Amino acid sequence: MDQKKKTDLIVSASLIAFILIVLFVLEKIMPSGNMLFVVLKKGAIYALVAVSMNLLNGFTGLFSLGQAGFMLIGAYTYAIFTIPTEARMAVYQYFDGGIVQFTVPVFVAFLLAAAVAGLFAFLIGLPVLRLKSDYLAIATLGFAEIIRAFFQWDALGPVTNGSNLLRKFPTFDSVLFPFIVSGVCIAIIVLLINSSYGRAFKAIRDDEIAAEAMGINLFKHKEMAFVISSAFAGISGALLAMYQTTVQAAAFKSAMTYEILLIVVIGGIGSITGSCLASFLFVACSEWWLRFLDNETFIGAWQVPLLRSGFRKVVFSVIIMIMVLFYNRGIMGTREFSIDSVTGLLKRRRLPGDKKMKKGGK
Amino acid sequence: MSMLEIKDLKVNYGGIEALKGIGFEVEAGEIVTLIGANGAGKSTTLRSIMSVVKPSGGSIFFEGEDITTMNTQKIVERGVVLVPEGRRVFPNLTVLENLRIGAYLRNDKAAIEKDVEHVYSLFPRLQERHWQEAGTLSGGEQQMLAVGRALMAKPRLIMMDEPSLGLAPLVVKDIFSIIRRINDDGTTVLLIEQNANAALKIANRGYVMETGRVTMAGTGKELLEDEAVKQAYLGKSKE
Repeated sequence: MDQKKKTDLIVSASLIAFILIVLFVLEKIMPSGNMLFVVLKKGAIYALVAVSMNLLNGFTGLFSLGQAGFMLIGAYTYAIFTIPTEARMAVYQYFDGGIVQFTVPVFVAFLLAAAVAGLFAFLIGLPVLRLKSDYLAIATLGFAEIIRAFFQWDALGPVTNGSNLLRKFPTFDSVLFPFIVSGVCIAIIVLLINSSYGRAFKAIRDDEIAAEAMGINLFKHKEMAFVISSAFAGISGALLAMYQTTVQAAAFKSAMTYEILLIVVIGGIGSITGSCLASFLFVACSEWWLRFLDNETFIGAWQVPLLRSGFRKVVFSVIIMIMVLFYNRGIMGTREFSIDSVTGLLKRRRLPGDKKMKKGGK
Repeated sequence: MSMLEIKDLKVNYGGIEALKGIGFEVEAGEIVTLIGANGAGKSTTLRSIMSVVKPSGGSIFFEGEDITTMNTQKIVERGVVLVPEGRRVFPNLTVLENLRIGAYLRNDKAAIEKDVEHVYSLFPRLQERHWQEAGTLSGGEQQMLAVGRALMAKPRLIMMDEPSLGLAPLVVKDIFSIIRRINDDGTTVLLIEQNANAALKIANRGYVMETGRVTMAGTGKELLEDEAVKQAYLGKSKE
């Protein structure tokens, strides 16, 4: 058993190294404006927030829709504490340079983003985590909207710059940066899910009453999952701020939460690898592969019908509907992609009649 | 001093008195059974002992300590555990994960592994299926898992809410012989049953509950032979 764990570890480590090397080489040989890099950067960021949402919705059974709000908090925390002091006058032009007159290193700002988002989650969680299912979703969605309005409040201008943009903070160029940050964060979430805490989360999802009878403190564990999920959403918000190079509260609409929810559902509620896979597919479809549908196209003198601005979204919606109809548990269901499951699949091909689907990812 | 002592326990469900002041005792090492019809308040009794339902009056003592207002976690830590009605295993967790959840409040890793082996020795079927999701098990296997999961908490008092519900007679027989075995190993058992006949046969003592009150008490044998009990719960009519 230990030997197997060891080989698994070596295989995953070499796989990760391989991916990073491929990305590194791709960046060297391809023009940096290529859409592929846009997709990879945004995909990595969305993968993190999708996994954090999956921790709540998929593993703890808490249907929360506050993700965009916590991303906003993370993005703002990061931006506020990293804008260089000399640039503050220009950024906070209506607020005399703002009241925060120091900067912290990027790494520290990331930790702060997680901490502040986690703190907000803790406070919000105290009242709302006593609610169940739909009511929890409505309450968290409401809080996300309140946070969005709150950050645009003029009285907070010296800190948040009101409804104006925050900019001139450090950003990243290489696609490796979001990959490594997201990768590390997702790895932490996976470790958490496989720990005894993760087992308790799943028990709460499966049957609250039985979990309580086993001595699992429901509220404490729900609060924990909520805070951790929100902290990682905060980090992905900080990454998103870096990716966009500017931050404005107005952009963190509930539509963003729905996008993330869509990724979680398409990937499979309760599947980490599903969420990662789906986030890249989602970003690729919405930003890249379906772009051609938005352009009016002529073949000779004949204009291809329907192709015009906005048609992409129509096709995209239809694809999603088809997905939900035929893969109603998402691409991965609750399974995980792993080397084991691939080799298992190959073995099964050779052994027809073995009907039991063994769960991968162990 | 009895292991579990219940005095004048009252529970209200939104105006309806589910328990109207009951009292009974469980001595260490016994099998005690509560029998009674649906709605007599048997499950409510167990739930209020676990503090899943808050009592409106009365008190519950476990080994001399008042646990009436203690939270569930602390009660489990004291060594009281419930096998809930309808099994309630975690369907999307594997059998092994279900067992591990049972030991959630324990930190002694080596001892937990040993107890997993012990549960497997009681229920070999669980070992065969340890990687399977609990939801895919048969009813009897799920009941075994629910009992095994409770044993993982290393309880001194195990409370079972209708373990024979919806199971085939042969499986019921298995379950009852396991209950006896658990008791022989030194665990005190408080058993709720509709299957009064089987329950009274293995019980040292029994209590009969009716609409929120304890109406009769005695040894298992006494109750089995009691005319009123026979008529009401054992399905034997007067000649």
